Amino acid sequence: MAPLLEVRDLAKRYRATDALRGVSLRVEGASLVGLLGPNGAGKSTLVKICCGLVHPTSGEVRVAGHAPGTPEACAAIGYLAELFRFPPWLSADEVLRLHQELAGSRGGAEERSALLELVGLGYAAGRRVGEMSKGMQQRLGIAQALIGSPPLLLLDEPTSALDPAGRRDVRDLLVELRARGTSVLLNSHLLSEVELVCDRVVIIDAGRVVAEGDPGRLARAGGVEIETASGIRHFPDAGRDDIPGLVARLVAEGERVYEVRQVRSTLEDVYLEVVTPQEGR
Amino acid sequence: MTAGATRGMWVIARYTFRECARRRVTVVVPVLSAIFLALYGLGVHFAFEAAHGTTRAAGGLVDTHALVGATLVGLAMFAILFLGAVFAVFLTFNTVRGDAETGSLQTLVVRPLSRPALLAGRFLGAGMLCGVYVFVMYLVAVAITGRIGDWWPHPLLLPGAALVGAVVIVAALSVLVSVYLTAIPSGIVVLMLYLAGLLAGLLGQIGDALSLSNLQTTGRYIAFVVPFEALYQQGLNSLTSGMTGLARVIVQLGPFGGAQDFGSWLWLYCLGYLLAVAALATWSFARRDL
Repeated sequence: MAPLLEVRDLAKRYRATDALRGVSLRVEGASLVGLLGPNGAGKSTLVKICCGLVHPTSGEVRVAGHAPGTPEACAAIGYLAELFRFPPWLSADEVLRLHQELAGSRGGAEERSALLELVGLGYAAGRRVGEMSKGMQQRLGIAQALIGSPPLLLLDEPTSALDPAGRRDVRDLLVELRARGTSVLLNSHLLSEVELVCDRVVIIDAGRVVAEGDPGRLARAGGVEIETASGIRHFPDAGRDDIPGLVARLVAEGERVYEVRQVRSTLEDVYLEVVTPQEGR
Repeated sequence: MTAGATRGMWVIARYTFRECARRRVTVVVPVLSAIFLALYGLGVHFAFEAAHGTTRAAGGLVDTHALVGATLVGLAMFAILFLGAVFAVFLTFNTVRGDAETGSLQTLVVRPLSRPALLAGRFLGAGMLCGVYVFVMYLVAVAITGRIGDWWPHPLLLPGAALVGAVVIVAALSVLVSVYLTAIPSGIVVLMLYLAGLLAGLLGQIGDALSLSNLQTTGRYIAFVVPFEALYQQGLNSLTSGMTGLARVIVQLGPFGGAQDFGSWLWLYCLGYLLAVAALATWSFARRDL
């Protein structure tokens, strides 16, 4: 069975700027893949190419086995753009109905109602987009992406306009979608958000994949710290298995041990390590 | 075109109707149209009143009644084409780049309907709305003229059909330009094209009046480059085709176009022109990054 999304050696050049330089990644099974990177790294370009909105300069993309932009590939994805606007004269229900018609979804009023409830807009089905806050429009955008229950969701900054409670709602929703068998490629600036929900993280910088793996492995061990009467002793190469021996040795040396901590680098540490600072570009 | 694309095209066309119905344009256009028709009715009333009793002028060579009727309907056609062109531009000037810049287009393009179907849907919706608008306006203007002045064009429907063709071409050009330019520049360029067409008519008219073949040829060529002008002239020409004598000459030399007869194959040319514009727009849109 073909992976839901397969990107091979993808490159995109805008006039004199290389937005992507040989990016490869796969999304398969029911998984949440986080796409991280600084502004201008090429994340949105990658997502747009996968949706068929932007044409690649070279490389190959297959969405559910089809070229992006084809009706078959479009039928397999739900997409939320980073910057989007729904017609202000349509109500939330009408926006979803329009997209149902375009997607060929037979879900009808039941699907629209369920999706609005899912994103917390059940009370605003008849409200016009022009009368909605940015956060409400963002929720409506997520509901729109879920029309027709596509197997692959491509979400570009889905929580950018949401408050902390809204962000938590979206995180919970993503976890629920994964449980239902949906795969998600989540493009986000929020490291904590990605760290909390994603099974795999792909960090892109200057158009290249600079780190990839599950967040737990990327946030690798950073040694052991032991607080003693004479101060904090740091053992950078030690791991969890070394702790009993280290404590025994310190006690044997006459030290009084108060606390032992296993140091782990966070995803943020990894990110800052692999991503070139803006001034270094 | 696949069944899915055809369905998507009609969904987009209906979406254009709904957009038109919900936006202020539906209030503005009927109000402006009503004001125009009211003023037109007033003008028709006074014009025929002034012409009353002088059914023959210039020593009996000119049918004043027909002259007034044809001139007034010609004037109405000029105004209706202008309103229709502005309406067509308003409905289409943001079809591609304008909507892409605001983020309205991307969520539609990623649906399984294909880019050509989306473009065709927008053109179909705008073209039908504008076409129906100018045809109804033409019929109302003719009815006002007939009711007040008891003058009816012969043939009755052909000038209206020419107006419909003209405004559909304006809509197609506007969709094409929207692939390359953002909303405001796109609207300005299409309105300038429209004015260029009017200028072509004026050149042809001056050429006719002064028997300057170069000017006549230039006007004719420009009318083919922007064939809504050729259709408009064809409509004016058919409006007066039932007239004879000096009245026909005077109307043709009137202030609203050269009223040249381009022949019946003009319709075929316009169909080919529309297909060429559609092909270029589709090709350009398919290559564009959004």
